[in-house]
Amino acid sequence: MSTASPGQATGTSESPARTDQPAVRDYVPSAETIAAVLSPGARPARPSALSASVTFGWRAMLKIKHVPEQLFDVTAFPIMMTLMFTYLFGGALAGSTREYLQFLLPGIMVMSVVMTTMYTGVTVNNDIEKGVFDRFRSLPMWRPAPMVGYLLGDMFRYTMGATVILVLGLVLGFRPEGGVGGVLAGMALLVAFSFAFSWVWTMFGLMLRSEKSVMGTSMLVLFPLTFLSNILVDPETMPGWLQVFVDVNPVAHLVAAVRGLMAGEVDTGELVWVTASGGVLIVVFGTLTMRLYNRK
Amino acid sequence: METTEEKGAAAMSERTAELAIETSQLVKTFGDNRAVDGIDLAVPTGAVYGVLGPNGAGKTTTVRMLATLLRPDGGQARVFGHDVLREPNAVRSRVSLTGQYASVDEDLTGAENLVLLARLLGHRKPAARDRAAALLAAFGLEEAADRQVKNYSGGMRRRLDIAASILNTPDLLFLDEPTTGLDPRSRSQVWDIVRAVVAHGTTVLLTTQYMEEADRLAGRIAVIDHGKVIAEGTPGELKSSVGAGAVHVRLREAWQREQARQVLARTLDAQVQLDADPVALTARIMDGGTRDRAAAQASRALAELDEAGITVDDFSLGQPSLDEVFLALTGHPAEQADDSEQDGERESVEAAK
Repeated sequence: MSTASPGQATGTSESPARTDQPAVRDYVPSAETIAAVLSPGARPARPSALSASVTFGWRAMLKIKHVPEQLFDVTAFPIMMTLMFTYLFGGALAGSTREYLQFLLPGIMVMSVVMTTMYTGVTVNNDIEKGVFDRFRSLPMWRPAPMVGYLLGDMFRYTMGATVILVLGLVLGFRPEGGVGGVLAGMALLVAFSFAFSWVWTMFGLMLRSEKSVMGTSMLVLFPLTFLSNILVDPETMPGWLQVFVDVNPVAHLVAAVRGLMAGEVDTGELVWVTASGGVLIVVFGTLTMRLYNRK
Repeated sequence: METTEEKGAAAMSERTAELAIETSQLVKTFGDNRAVDGIDLAVPTGAVYGVLGPNGAGKTTTVRMLATLLRPDGGQARVFGHDVLREPNAVRSRVSLTGQYASVDEDLTGAENLVLLARLLGHRKPAARDRAAALLAAFGLEEAADRQVKNYSGGMRRRLDIAASILNTPDLLFLDEPTTGLDPRSRSQVWDIVRAVVAHGTTVLLTTQYMEEADRLAGRIAVIDHGKVIAEGTPGELKSSVGAGAVHVRLREAWQREQARQVLARTLDAQVQLDADPVALTARIMDGGTRDRAAAQASRALAELDEAGITVDDFSLGQPSLDEVFLALTGHPAEQADDSEQDGERESVEAAK
C-alpha cells in the first residue's frame, strides 16, 4: 500500500502496541528466542502406554492439589452416609447400632465409593467442553491414555473415600474379623471394581451433552444398583422379583465379597463373580468409550 | 503424493516441494447442515496460509478434520501426504493445534500445563521441565509460570496455548482464530509469534474472520463461505480482482467536504462516498486501470485539493480491503453484526499499513 500523507496523520493512528513505547514489563515477542525454543533437537519417541496413562494420572492429582474442594465427595459424603444409616437403621434392624455397624460398614463403603464413580463422567464431560480435550486427542499417543489417567486419579479418590469410612467405622466400633489383611483386601477389591465400573461413566461423559445430563443419568443407574442390594438389609425379606434383581446386581456381589474378606470368610464364588463382572465392564464399556472417543 | 520418510536429508529437500495440506472435495455434514461442502485446498509448506470467512463458514470444522479430530463425511484430506483417516498418527506426529477455545487446562499452572504436554510427547521429566521453562521464558510467561491458568489474561492464555502447540516443533501448526477476543496489543504479540514460528520453517494454517489479520500474515488466502471456497490467491490477487484501489481522504474542516467531493469526482473520475466520519471521504477508482495509473491519478487529485485551498490531514491510496473483496465475492459483508469488535478493527486496517 502506498501512502502519501501531506498533513501527517492526526486521525490515523497505528495500533497502540506499535507506536507506544511498550512498558518495561510488557512482553515483546522476540524472533530469536522463539526460534531458539523451536530448535530443541530431535523429537523424543512416543511415550509408552503406561507412561502416558501415568502422566494423565499425575494431571488428575495436580487438579486435586489445586482444587481440593473436589475431595468433598470422598470425605464429607461418606461420613454423612455412614453416620446416617448406622443411626437410622441400627436400632431397628439389628437391635443396636454397634451390631448393625458390623454388617453395614463394608456395604456402606461400597455404596459411597461406587456412588463417587459418577464424578468420572462429570470430569470427562467438563474437559470436553473446555477444549483441552482437543489437544489431547491431537497428540500421537496411546489413545486410551487420557481415560485411563482419569481412572488412575479416581482410584486415589476411591481409596481415600474407603479409608475415611474405615477410620470412622473403627471409631464407632467396627471390629472386622478378617484383620488388617482382610480389610485391605476388601478395600483393594472395591477400588479395583470401581476402576472397572468407571468405564460406564467415561462412556456417558463422552456421550451426553452436559454435566447435568451426566449427573441425572448417573443417579438413574446408581440408585437402583446401590439401594436394591444387600447393603442396608438382608435381601431375604424382599419380594421374590426384587431378589432376582439383587442376585444379578454386580454391586450386591461386590458387597458380599468385600464383607467376606473383611469378616475373614473368603467367598471364592463371589470373588469370581466380581472379577468376571469387572472384566466384562472394562471390555464392554472400555470399548464403547474408545469408540466414542475416537469418533467425537 | 508419496509417504514421506521422517528422517534424512533427502526427505527434507523433498519436503520443500511437497504440499503441507491437500484436500479434495472435503465434506462434513451435521444433520441437514453441510458445514463443509466440498472444500479443495492446496497449502504449500513454509508459509502462513489464511482461511478467511465469517462465523459459521466452516473454518473450524475444516481444521478439526485436518487435525484428525473429526472424521470427514466425504472427500479426501492429506497432511504431508498422509491420509487423515488412514494414517491419523502419522498426521498427529507432525501437526499441532491451537483451538479456538484455549486448549490448556485452566486448573493447572502454566508450567504444569507445559510439563504435562512435554511428558505426553515423550520427554523425560527433567527435559520436560527444561522445555517448559524455556518456552515460558520465550513467551513472556516466566512470572506467571506458577499461577493457575484460570487467572491468566486472554492474551497470556493464548500465548501459553501457542507455546503448548510448538512444544514438539510441529511441521504444521493449526491456529484456529488465534486472536479472536484479544486486545490490540495481545493481537500484535500473537502476530509476531506467528511470524517467528513461520520464519523457523513451520507451516501455519491460520483461520480468521479478520481481514487485516489474513492480509498481514498470510502468503495465500482461501476465502470460505457456507462451507465452500469462494476465492483463493495471494492477498494482492484477491484485492486486484475487485478494482484498482480506493483513495481515502481526511480533511481538517468538515465544511470543505462537499467541495472536496467535487474535486475528487472530477480528477479521479470516480464515485465518491461520504464516510460516516464528517471529515472523511472515499473515492473508489473503478476503471480497472493499473496500480501505476491509479497512483498517478491520486497524486493529481492531491495537488488539485491543495490548489482548491482544501486542508488535507490524511490522504492515502489503498488497495481495496479484503472486506470489499468479500462483499464483491459473496454479495454480503464478511463481518457479522454480532461481532462488536469489528468497528475498532476496521479502523486500524488501513491506518496500520
